[in-house]
Amino acid sequence: MNLHEVFISSINSIRQNKLRSFLTLLGVIIGVFSIISVMTAINVLQKSVESNLNILGTNTFYIQKYPAIQVGGSAHWKYRNRKNLTYDDYLKLKERYSGPAMISAENWHNGDPIKFKDKQTKNSVIIQGVTPEWEFSSGYFLESGRMISRTDMEQMRNVIILGQDVIDVLMPQYNPLGQTVTLRGVKFQVIGTLERKGSIFGQSEDNLVILPLTTHLKMFANRWTSLGYSISVIDMEHFEDVKEEIIFHLRLVREVPLTEENDFEVVSNTSLIDTFNQITGAIKVAALLISSIALLAAGIGIMNIMLVSVTERTREIGIRKSIGARKRDIRNQFLLEALVLTEIGALIGIILGVLAGNLVALSMKVSGVFPIQWAIIGVVVCSVIGVIFGTYPAVKAARLDPIEALRYE
Amino acid sequence: MALLALTNVTKVYQVGAVAVHALRGIDLMVEKNEYVSIMGPSGSGKSTLMNVIGCLDTPTSGTYILDGKTVHDDNIGQNGNGKLSEDELAFIRNQKIGFVFQTFNLLPRITALHNVELPLIYAGIHKKERIEMAKEALRKVNLEDRMHHQPNELSGGQRQRVAIARALVNNPSILLADEPTGNLDSVTSREIMKLMDKLHDEGNTIILVTHETEIAQHAHRIVHLLDGKIDRDETTPKGNS
Ligand SMILES: Nc1ncnc2c1ncn2[C@@H]1O[C@H](COP(=O)(O)OP(=O)(O)OP(=O)(O)O)[C@@H](O)[C@H]1O
Ligand SMILES: [Mg+2]
Repeated sequence: MNLHEVFISSINSIRQNKLRSFLTLLGVIIGVFSIISVMTAINVLQKSVESNLNILGTNTFYIQKYPAIQVGGSAHWKYRNRKNLTYDDYLKLKERYSGPAMISAENWHNGDPIKFKDKQTKNSVIIQGVTPEWEFSSGYFLESGRMISRTDMEQMRNVIILGQDVIDVLMPQYNPLGQTVTLRGVKFQVIGTLERKGSIFGQSEDNLVILPLTTHLKMFANRWTSLGYSISVIDMEHFEDVKEEIIFHLRLVREVPLTEENDFEVVSNTSLIDTFNQITGAIKVAALLISSIALLAAGIGIMNIMLVSVTERTREIGIRKSIGARKRDIRNQFLLEALVLTEIGALIGIILGVLAGNLVALSMKVSGVFPIQWAIIGVVVCSVIGVIFGTYPAVKAARLDPIEALRYE
Repeated sequence: MALLALTNVTKVYQVGAVAVHALRGIDLMVEKNEYVSIMGPSGSGKSTLMNVIGCLDTPTSGTYILDGKTVHDDNIGQNGNGKLSEDELAFIRNQKIGFVFQTFNLLPRITALHNVELPLIYAGIHKKERIEMAKEALRKVNLEDRMHHQPNELSGGQRQRVAIARALVNNPSILLADEPTGNLDSVTSREIMKLMDKLHDEGNTIILVTHETEIAQHAHRIVHLLDGKIDRDETTPKGNS
């Protein structure tokens, strides 16, 4: 009896017991679904992180008080007790360092609406104070007007640059340049507008306004205010050297003893991606664990159902043996049935998992992915499970005595 | 040489501490194209004998030679092929035996044609040829027009004819029927026996078990079993003519 025949006959018997087959499949489907959907979602995130993580620009790194992404909460105090990064530190750092890099400082907050005539923005607008170097490290471009200048900084001028979302809300029909907007009761003159940047992870990048850092600090700083320094390296080749050097100088400025670690965080694209991978790694492990348990349970379920099936079909086995089926014919038939069952489950699980995982892609407006390697792993693992848990019932069926089997009611 | 030869065949079933002697020394020869009925009271060992002949079961002791092949011989040791393996027995069942059961024993939920195909599938015959052979067998039992029906869509007599077609499809050396009419009414029984007679006329060797004298008289020879032994071996009027 060749494999093709066995295959057909197992498909038939699965079709004859649709409900039972489906219930058996459920475990496999859940197991495969959980791993595939998580992996798909992570792949989508990874892809968009890798292509979008020019949040900082590839040649930029960032210095701040707190880590970009905190894993776990226990270390929070360590960061809180650090001295704030001040404007003063920034000026000293700039004075000491004269390498091939632009250092800018910035501070931001939200929660203050910006008003223009009878209109006002939501509280979510990011209000950012920057130094003139911001122009080179931010990844934003001017659409019209001018950037923050040194004089703006020195005189703490009340000037403002608007992002496109803010313009859309406040003054879609006006030429923004020269208009006056109000922020916390203070009048600001619009000196520039930013080109539209689009969105990352479904979040708009254009919902912001830019002020001179000194103005921002004067109006909004409090005892918790800690600046972020953004360093954009002019020559990528020297990226690591520049990083080392800046860290060295900043330690001197902040008088960190040689024996202590940095009292600030250095964040770059690579470090962000590392952190991201750390988190997704943990999620992957969890998904693997869940799906292993589900698949194990599914395997036991399959064994159970196959044992029931062997008992139910004892007479069929007897009939087949009486007309010449050998042991291996019977064994193969039941083994293949278990295998076909698990593979159908794997297939459904993969399809549903990929669909669910790509919902993430849809919600983030990035293109979908198909995690082919995980799909293959899913199929292989399911085959192994089918064989492992299908063998015992199949061997049991093959061993039945033909006469006993024929006599079975 | 006889088609099948049993010499001093015994079969003992061990049920707990009790040994049930189902066959107590059977000597039986059947020639090619013989038509034999086996009769005897319930429990006399008829089915056991049929199962041994049909290689579904093996004797406890004695010698059984089928079509020149030693199926069982106590005197030849384990590896001298005095005792065949399960797969070798399966092969003989597939190639040389056609079994017809009282309860038809068709696989439900597959068509008559597919049921008849089954032995050929295990024989490794290709689909096209297989279907031709199965149709031919169904033609022999006059059921060609019902070949796409499933067993539950057929009458008892029709089911038994499908079973006979299945038994015939491999051109077996011998057709074994254990009470083939046991589950059928008398009219249908007569039809089935007419079919048996026809198959015998076409050259088949047939052994059938029955309780009914009328049915047994279709054969040319009647073997009477009693208590696991052959009590009487007679030739019927048909056998004399
Ligand atoms: N598997 C078995 N285990 C134990 N005893 C058995 C087994 N099969 C048959 N026997 C016994 O062997 C004896 C012969 O049984 P067998 O089935 O051959 O009788 P039979 O002549 O076919 O009877 P019937 O006309 O009722 O079919 C009986 O006493 C029966 O109880
Ligand atoms: Mg019987």
